Order: sequence, then structure tokens, then C-alpha cells
Amino acid sequence: MSTIATAAAPARRSPYTPYRMRIAKVTDEAPGVKTFRLEFVDPAEAAGFEFKAGQFGEYSVYGEGESTFCIASPPTRKGYIECTFRQVGRVTAALADRDEGDIIGFRGPYGNVFPIEDWHGKNLLFIAGGIALPPMRCVIWNCLDLRDRYRDVTIIYGARSVADLVYKHELAEWAARPDVNLYTTVDPGGQTPDWKGRVGFVPTVVEEVGPSAADTVAIVCGPPIMIKLTLPVLTRLGFQPENIFTTLENRMKCGVGKCGRCNVGKLYVCKDGPVFTFAQLRDLPPEY
Amino acid sequence: MTAQRILARQNLGPLFERIARDGRRILAPVRRGDRVAFEPVTRPDEVALDYVQTRTSAKSAVFPPYEPLLRFTLRGADVQADEPPPAAPPTVLFGVHPCDAASFATLAAVFTWDSPDPPFERKRANLTIIGLSCTRGDAYCFCTSVGGGPGDPRGSDILLTPLDDTHFLVEILTERGQDVAQLAGPLLEPHVGNGKEAALARIAPRFDARPLAAKLPALFNHPALWQEQSLRCLGCGACAFVCPTCTCFDITDERDRYHGVRLRCWDSCGLALFTLHASGHNPRTKQSERWRQRVMHKFAYQPERLGVLGCVGCGRCSRACPVDMNLAQHVQQLAETAV
Repeated sequence: MSTIATAAAPARRSPYTPYRMRIAKVTDEAPGVKTFRLEFVDPAEAAGFEFKAGQFGEYSVYGEGESTFCIASPPTRKGYIECTFRQVGRVTAALADRDEGDIIGFRGPYGNVFPIEDWHGKNLLFIAGGIALPPMRCVIWNCLDLRDRYRDVTIIYGARSVADLVYKHELAEWAARPDVNLYTTVDPGGQTPDWKGRVGFVPTVVEEVGPSAADTVAIVCGPPIMIKLTLPVLTRLGFQPENIFTTLENRMKCGVGKCGRCNVGKLYVCKDGPVFTFAQLRDLPPEY
Repeated sequence: MTAQRILARQNLGPLFERIARDGRRILAPVRRGDRVAFEPVTRPDEVALDYVQTRTSAKSAVFPPYEPLLRFTLRGADVQADEPPPAAPPTVLFGVHPCDAASFATLAAVFTWDSPDPPFERKRANLTIIGLSCTRGDAYCFCTSVGGGPGDPRGSDILLTPLDDTHFLVEILTERGQDVAQLAGPLLEPHVGNGKEAALARIAPRFDARPLAAKLPALFNHPALWQEQSLRCLGCGACAFVCPTCTCFDITDERDRYHGVRLRCWDSCGLALFTLHASGHNPRTKQSERWRQRVMHKFAYQPERLGVLGCVGCGRCSRACPVDMNLAQHVQQLAETAV
């Protein structure tokens, strides 16, 4: 079994009582997808709050329920957190109904982190599909805000269609930066007449781009089928499973290792993850 | 700190009165038609002392089927959210069999292994357990296969063993037990004479659960084995509902126009929606995979991760199963399967 670093328990009164957060800004990202910028109502709670790239939380609309999302903003941007979610169920529908100024609940941060300090001096390869860019955006901005600590930064991001790409303004910003190699792609048929990016599935684009595995850490996040087809490409490029990271999105309720929902083998994704290397996942039952 | 005393059965009434005067409620097995359930009592004649097993377990004393985590007052965008006042009256859980008493170690391991769990811990801190050794079992009992036994003192603060129709042997096992013994005072008489062994039920071991934690992961990739065992499983979750060590829960909100509540409710890994993602992806799509998770979690994952077995051999799951699946029989088969 590979070594698993379990997250430290957050010190709170009751782990189930959320912070009160004010929605400071709502951004429409894609059809059904929104980003909320959230600020602590209580400044004392804001002052005591810390998180690291890769952690997640439980976001709630009081009376409707809780939903699990990663923190999509980087810890280098202080004073707020952001989450990006797609409206698919009761809680996300209720969230999508909230406006700027409304109060919602947040508890966290939970889970382990991307070991970005271990990546100093390395090349970073981010591969994301669809709504899986948000968990990676936290890491991308964290590393870009500390840009001199990392070498080449390559981002390969795909979605079904141009409309489904999230963070369009930031994609433009990354595309304009000389110190970021950005490749955006949409599935065949998802392009618009003025689409300047690539057309093709993410694994194919990874193969075309052919990033070097030397001194490179790959971070892969996307739907199960994308991950399944991308891994063999990375293996052919010479990536070792120890250097490929992902974040799992098992269904969760408590976030603190009790409710049993995210249990895979002897691990709890909420405590031992959500960040894993593929070397660690190789030792786990395939129940994620 | 074990001390042995004798309690005359006729002194149960005065003992209950002394416990009540101390401000504690008593939960004890009560017969209701063809079932026995743990309920608040005040007099010993309400208590079914000769029961083999209650339908549901004693875990509700610390982990009820549903309980509020938060209460809301909703006035448009203005929301007040408060933790409910702690509902943890000082309680004596009287007459639980050793399997149920043992289950509290598993419950505590799950709820407190990492972060605190105030709703559980407050109730547990106010709970004293007076166990009752088993003088008879039935074909579903298998405590001796999972490290327990009909006179096992683990988990009890005081353990009573009926020596005959008129007397209990009283083992005072913990400080909390000592507190109740002090309340009892002269009701507890000195013990001279034989131990409890002759009075205990005989439960023949069917397998040894200890080596299973190391062995079961090697059986994970034997789908035919799990399919055969779970072929008739309906996925109804009754086994988890009656289980004294099942701890999986859901968190869900309910509301009307002006008020809401966030509830923690029992859930089960055997239910089809348990792991279903909003996207439609489900890590465990087949009932055989969910059955495997139930067995692996109790007999491999929990022992390895938390150092506790997730089964106390009470047999409730098998008594409750509408299609007569039998956990002891299935685990025995796994124990006997060559890797």
C-alpha cells in the first residue's frame, strides 16, 4: 500500500455547523454552471480560516441541503473562496437560485491537498475535461501566483462544446500569457464557426501535444471515461503513476470520515483524499 | 476494578427507584406483541428479562434513526441557523445483551476516530450500560465467532448474570458502573459461591473473524462468490436498520415556509442510491458489489482502519432479512474459501 497522508481534523465546535457565507459575486460560466464568490459574514471566522489547494467543502442552502464541491479559488487569493457548480439536483438548483448578497452555508475545508511544494522546479501538466476544471483551477492559480517556483506550465482543457467551457475569461488570460501553454479543445461537433481551439477528445489532444514526462507532474481530472483513455496516453509518454495526480469525487455527506459514503477499501476519500496519485489508486478497489 | 456482588431480583424495583431519583432515565427491553424493543421504563415488571434478541438494536440510545444537526428559521433571505439544544439525558441502558454492549466500542470508533461528533459524544458520555448475560440464544446468534460471548463483559459498566430465578451475579466493571453500584448501596450483597459460567448460553463458534481482515481483500475480485451470496438480496436495507454497528448516515434538510431542520438519518451501503453521483455515475452499480462492500467494511476495512470489527454477532440482520440471507453462514463460507 502506498503511503496515504490523512488530513488533519479541523478544530470546530460541531463539524456539522456551517460558516455563514455571503455571496459576493455570481458568474455564469456555461449553461447550468455558475461560480459563486463567497465571503465570511463573521470576520473572526474569516481570520481563522485557512485551506490549501485540493481541499473541498460542503456548501448548503438552509432548508434544502448540502452539496460537495472543491474550493475552486486558490489560497493565494485571500478574503474569499469560490466554488463552481453545475445545476443537477435539489441543492444545486436551490444554490443556482441564490443572488449576490444572499447567505449560504459552508463547512470545510476537508480532505488532503495537492503536494505543490513537492513540485517546485518541475514542469506541470494539467489535463481537465468539462466541469472538472474547477478543482484544478485552484491548483493552477496557486502555482501561477507562485510562478517562479515552477518550470513549464501546460494546460490541456476540453469540453463537449464551446459553450460548455468554463472560466472563459481565464482561459483567454492563460492563452495570452507567455509562461502558460494552453490547449483548449471541444468534442467533434461542439465547435462554433469562430472557434480557434482544437477539435477532438482530450486523450487525442494529449497525444498530439505529446508533453515530455521528464521532470513533469501530471494532474488529470475529468469524467471517468476521459481519465480511463488519457492514462494509457500518459503511460506511453513515459509518465509514472507516482507522478500522475487526480482528485476523486465520490459522493459524500459528512466530509469528516463518518457517514461511510465515500469509503473505498480501507480509505475514506474525504479524509485520505480527494487527491490521490494513480499509484495509490492502483492499490484501491475500483469503486470511485 | 471488577467487583462481584449479588442482587436479588426482588431488589430490581428499589434499584430502578434509586436510579430514577438520581435523575437518570432507564431504557430497557420491553415486550410488544411478538417483538422486544428498548424503551423508557420505570418499573422492573415492564422489562422483558428473558428475551433472546430485540428487533432493533440499542444503538438508538446514542445514534437515533434521525436527529437534528441544525434548526433554521427562514425569513426570505434572512436565515438563522442554530445547533439544537443537546438531547442527552443521563441514561441507564438496562438489560442489553453482551453483543449490544460490545457494539458501543465500534460506534465510538467510527464517530470519534478523527474529528469530534458532539451529537454522539454527548449521548455516550451520559450513558451507563448495565448488561445482561445470555442464558439462551437461538440459531441466529454467533457472538462467539466475532470475539464475543454470552457472558462477555466488554462494553458493560455493570454486567448482570441470572444465576437462578431469584438472583443476579453483579460484576461491577467500570467507574460508571461503580457510580450505579453506589446508588444501589445495600441492595448489592456480598457474593460467595460459584461464578456465572454454568448459567450462560452455549453458542458454538462458526468461524473465527480475526484472520478475515487479512484474508478478505484477496477475495474482492471473486465476483461469482459475491453474486452467489447476494443473488436474492433485495437491497432493502433492513439489515442495516437493525444492525447495532451500522453507522452510515445521510444528511438531509426538511423545511416548511418559515422553519427548517438539517437531519442526520440512518442510511445503508446496501441501498442502490447510496453512492450514486449527481452525474449518474455509480461506483457500485450491482447489488453484489454493495453486498461485498457491506461484508468487507465490517470484516476487513473497519478492523484494518479503526481496529474494531464491524459485527458483534447479534444475528439481527439475518432474523430481519425478508429473503433469509444469513450473514454468519455467508461469512463462514468466506472464511472457508481458499484464496
